[in-house]
Amino acid sequence: MLFLEQTLNALQLGLMLFLIAAGLTLVFGIMDLVNLAHGSFYMLGAYVAATVAAKSGSFAAAFLVALAAAAGVGMLVEWLLLRRVYGRGHLSQVLVTFALILIANETVRWIWGANPIDMGVPRSLAGSVALAPGLSYSEYRLAIIVAGLALAAALFWMVNCTRLGIWIRAGASNRDMARALGVDTSRLFTLVFGLGAALSAFAGAMLGPILSVQVGMGEAIIILAFVVVVIGGIGSVRGALLGSIVVAAVDTYGRAFLPSALGAFLPLDIATHLGPGLSQVSIFVLMAAILFFRPRGLMPATG
Amino acid sequence: MNIRTALLAALALASTPPWAADKITIGFLTTRTGPLSGISGEKLEGFQLYLKTTGGKLGRLPVEVIVADDQNNPDAGRQAFERLAKRDRVDVLTGIMFSNVILSVAPAAVQSKILFINSNVQPSELAGERCNPYIFNTAYQSDDTDEAVGRYVTERAHKNVALLAPNFPAGRDHLNGFKRAYKGAIAVEILPRVGQLDFSVEIAQIRAAKPDAVFVFLFGGMAVNFVKQYAQAGLAKEIPLYGAASTLEEDVLRGAGESALGMVSASNWNADLDNPANKRFVALHEKEYKRRPSLYSFQGWDTAALLDAAVKDVDGKIENREAFRAALRKASFSSARGPFKFGPNQVPIQDWYARRVEKDAQGQVVNRYLHTVVRGHADAYASQCKM
Repeated sequence: MLFLEQTLNALQLGLMLFLIAAGLTLVFGIMDLVNLAHGSFYMLGAYVAATVAAKSGSFAAAFLVALAAAAGVGMLVEWLLLRRVYGRGHLSQVLVTFALILIANETVRWIWGANPIDMGVPRSLAGSVALAPGLSYSEYRLAIIVAGLALAAALFWMVNCTRLGIWIRAGASNRDMARALGVDTSRLFTLVFGLGAALSAFAGAMLGPILSVQVGMGEAIIILAFVVVVIGGIGSVRGALLGSIVVAAVDTYGRAFLPSALGAFLPLDIATHLGPGLSQVSIFVLMAAILFFRPRGLMPATG
Repeated sequence: MNIRTALLAALALASTPPWAADKITIGFLTTRTGPLSGISGEKLEGFQLYLKTTGGKLGRLPVEVIVADDQNNPDAGRQAFERLAKRDRVDVLTGIMFSNVILSVAPAAVQSKILFINSNVQPSELAGERCNPYIFNTAYQSDDTDEAVGRYVTERAHKNVALLAPNFPAGRDHLNGFKRAYKGAIAVEILPRVGQLDFSVEIAQIRAAKPDAVFVFLFGGMAVNFVKQYAQAGLAKEIPLYGAASTLEEDVLRGAGESALGMVSASNWNADLDNPANKRFVALHEKEYKRRPSLYSFQGWDTAALLDAAVKDVDGKIENREAFRAALRKASFSSARGPFKFGPNQVPIQDWYARRVEKDAQGQVVNRYLHTVVRGHADAYASQCKM
């Protein structure tokens, strides 16, 4: 039962990571832009959703406003600032987007204050449900899994079955060729950036009731999202999904079972202290191993 | 008079203190940036609120407060301290929030003969072997809150408790503090990483271990996350949660809201303590800042009150550091926490209160005083201090 519960936990973490990583990998793959500030859209989504939910009492409204706000701000930032650094190399991009993180954090601090703000779970999903004898699981976390699956499916449909998706895939596999064949890359870049920002904000809004909505919440998750992008293969949405699930599974099972597994052959005291550290490291060991055998990630975008 | 003697004379003048101080300069080194700047800012608010009641004076001396940012980083804190010490020549240093910065700055302050009044938790090193006459603590030694909870949990006849704290030295210290006072068995000990966001894994482990109660030391955003997720998992009603003071402090309640209802923690202060000094503080705070004070705000206020009494005691002659120090040691002020005196290691000997998160008459989520767990508690490291 514990294993089943931890599997649900892994799935839930993986899907949320996927929503953040999907935007990141598209921006990275199509525009060759290292966007450290991607986590700021996640933060923005959580703050806007928490505020609208508290004011209006409606979660649907909260999500819509959060998505619109993040997409709008994202496209504006791309249009005003980021398109100027596409050709400038990754170091300039890192500097610019790091500056954006600082600006975003301070702006949020001005508007909402430095302390975490509260975003409650919607009343209708506040309880927990018995999935099997001895396994009750939070309704809201189940809702996250369902919403995450639905959004992932929608994203795959968009990438694989629509014209925008064709452009995106073309851009990710060969930017110059796509441009030469008449794809309006400048408009495509703005759209993709807005889409990535909105996906990230969706994850932020969805996780708002579980996590503390606070300044700097984006940086905490962006490192994992980058690991996912690198493991999955830069620019590949399928890779991002696979990478998210793998990272979430290693993290979750590592935290859940490593300390007790170590306890089998180490003194309990050492095992309790060593276990958490090892499970934390295991993600990065995994990343190194994958990069060693598959330098371009599990599912590279370019053919 | 040649140039050499003139220089010597100038040097002599500069190094002799003036016959009497005409102001007192406070270096308020604290975390002004990043996610933890919220609670640090409240400490400064409490300090300034007290100064407002005295017209900007401590005793008869006008006060200059110089605020500096340590960025919650030992190196940045040390640099900011050097500026406060050398350029601003502060008399007193206070305001530091986090033990990593405290441990980096305190030795330097002592060397410069600057009185360091730590208004946040005292690391065990400074409470014990490395105690120093120039270091005072107005909050508590970090294990104290856990010991108080440990006693309370034992009183409530819980026999099998799960423990959770972040995996870093202070986290493990806090768990040891709890174990020192708690008499029952330990169901499971869980050490998530510092800054962890999602606790679903740990909560499932707690559920599987079937304890009677759970003790948690967390702070800031981690505490908010854990408290919310614990309630959402439906465990808050099944397995009562006990926390160190920071786990359920005002900043956490603002973030976690109704999820925290029913959870119990131990603190050396609470907003509803019934004593005149506290009533005055809480009323002034609500009037000035339009919200309830937090433990951190109280710590700022109380530190200013202690300084005020000591400066009065030496009639403003703070240039006599020994006399000023002795006056601080007497702690002749009425603390908003109730009874207060310094132990041999200059850490408070004080009462500890159990408090439960409840809704008040206006429907707000607040900590409510339950009962006094221990009176006149001294910390576990005092005996190691040779001063």
